[in-house]
Amino acid sequence: MPDLVLELINLTKTYQVSAGAFRGKRDLRAVNGITLTLEKGEVLGLVGESGCGKTTVAKLVLSLETPTSGHIRLQGRPLTDCDSKEIARQVQPVFQDPYASLNPRKSVGSIISLPLRALKVGNKASWNKKVSEIMEVVGLAPHLRHNYPNQLSGGQRQRVAVARALIMRPQLVLCDEPTSALDVSVQAQILNLLMRLRRELGLTYLFISHNLAVVEHLATRVAVMYLGRIVEEAPTRELFLNPRHPYTQALLGSVLTPEPGLGLPDTRLGIAYPNPIDPPSGCTFHPRCPKADEKCKEHAPVPRRKGGRLVECHFVEEL
Amino acid sequence: MGLILEVEGLHVDLPLPAGRLQAVRNVGFEVSQGETLSLVGESGCGKSLTALALMDLLPPRAIRRAGKLVFEGRELSGAAEDAMAQLRGDRMAMIFQEPMTSLNPCYTIGNQLVEAYLQHRRASEREARERAVFLLETVGITAAGSRLKQFPHQLSGGLRQRIMIAMGLMCGPSLIIADEPTTALDVTIQAQILALLADLQREFRMGLILITHDLGVVARVAHRLCVMYCGQVVETGTTKEVFARPLHPYTQGLLRCIPVPGRVEPGSELGSIPGLVPTPIGVLKGCTFRNRCPKGRPECAVENPHLREIGPNRALRCLDALAAAA
Repeated sequence: MPDLVLELINLTKTYQVSAGAFRGKRDLRAVNGITLTLEKGEVLGLVGESGCGKTTVAKLVLSLETPTSGHIRLQGRPLTDCDSKEIARQVQPVFQDPYASLNPRKSVGSIISLPLRALKVGNKASWNKKVSEIMEVVGLAPHLRHNYPNQLSGGQRQRVAVARALIMRPQLVLCDEPTSALDVSVQAQILNLLMRLRRELGLTYLFISHNLAVVEHLATRVAVMYLGRIVEEAPTRELFLNPRHPYTQALLGSVLTPEPGLGLPDTRLGIAYPNPIDPPSGCTFHPRCPKADEKCKEHAPVPRRKGGRLVECHFVEEL
Repeated sequence: MGLILEVEGLHVDLPLPAGRLQAVRNVGFEVSQGETLSLVGESGCGKSLTALALMDLLPPRAIRRAGKLVFEGRELSGAAEDAMAQLRGDRMAMIFQEPMTSLNPCYTIGNQLVEAYLQHRRASEREARERAVFLLETVGITAAGSRLKQFPHQLSGGLRQRIMIAMGLMCGPSLIIADEPTTALDVTIQAQILALLADLQREFRMGLILITHDLGVVARVAHRLCVMYCGQVVETGTTKEVFARPLHPYTQGLLRCIPVPGRVEPGSELGSIPGLVPTPIGVLKGCTFRNRCPKGRPECAVENPHLREIGPNRALRCLDALAAAA
């Protein structure tokens, strides 16, 4: 039995949103029945376009939102049984924009030690020691401890965010687009750091990103999300070598690798990502799918699962 | 091929309390009809200020100096404000990064589309609207007529960026400057918007200056590129050549930083450029990249490297690489 850090079982989150003036409320299914598991030491890449529900999954796991239905288990225990302090001990986030996620009025040392102080772990002397240790681990010079975020570069800020996430030695680190706001040379530094920390500290990552090249580089397994559903899931290598779902194929096709002369790919996806308040009937991907036929318009496909692989498409009969 | 834009010795200075920030230093390039030139570099390298300097849209405190700034045969470096206002939106147009913030939320799409056209052409409202509908169709927007009455918030990011492009095309400009036109968009939409820009550019024989930090975008779209670092152009060349044989250590470093599926082993250590970009304030001596450069030599601290031509359309600003090439 593998050591499961995180289990999401049939998870759904519905928001009530106003459909317009005088029109009352309607349901928006941001996450629509997803099942995912994360083993210890894994890096699960969660990819999809904006509005597909990636960040809602992150919020649910951090218990910033309560699921409408379904269960989340952290280390085998239902999340509902854990209080917020316990969750904070086991799951820590690293957010996208290190310019927005650090309090500008607190010093670096104070930002990094906040989880310790909030959870009342140890005393002042041990906080100082732990902050020094973790700053060294993430590659921040000790003298930066008394600096404020505005005195740091983007890469240094993101290192501070990583240090803050790791100081409690959590089981699971939830990275929500951790490098999208950074320059390429800094992105490479942060990715190298995340990979090194995983090796050295045995961390498990839920890595949310829209950058498929980054996900391929870092993740051990990838789940592709579309309108609140996981439409394909596979070990990274398999997914990139042999994508089965038409949406995954289109996503992979639209990655612009730095290879001149290849020209621009035609993803044949059409313009619009559907409005999640008014999702299409049947398979929600059918209006953009180059293969779609009558069956896709009427019936939602059933997920097919075999081994570590999942595909949800009428055209994939067998795995 | 007709030359549309010639820039030589362009400087932009920003006076700050700490001193004069030399944000753009001695930048020069040319753009011909139907050509895409890309300015590539990381944030703070001066690529966006270069674009704003061309349009004379710099913030008021910025000081622009140019040895030569010739657009369609006219020298613009000393041009009066109203002469520039006549060119902007008419002969040269700009597409900005954020289609969310660069459209006015209080006016309909139609109003915003026809504004520049009515300003620059003796046209009736009806003619302007017809042109707007035609261009919305050209950029691939369905039900174009009804879109004119919509407000920006009713449209998706991809649609808004298409509208920005249509707006840029209203007067049939000869030069389009696109500043990170797809950075705010999803990957699937990015490819579509870039393909659209490339098609329109071919069709209307426009010059396109594409400003981006994304080397993938540059590789697929640009004909030529200028790599910028710390306000200077450090390497130029055709896209094919620069990607096949990057010569400047900064360009080489940038290309090593990106994970490329199929070429970079997943999970392997990515290349990175150590250190930070210096702030170009005060007297700058030596190469600004020397502290981060794996090939730095003692003379790099003393000598300011010049941008040397090393072949047709190929130039380089690096003592080490030039010595190696010689």
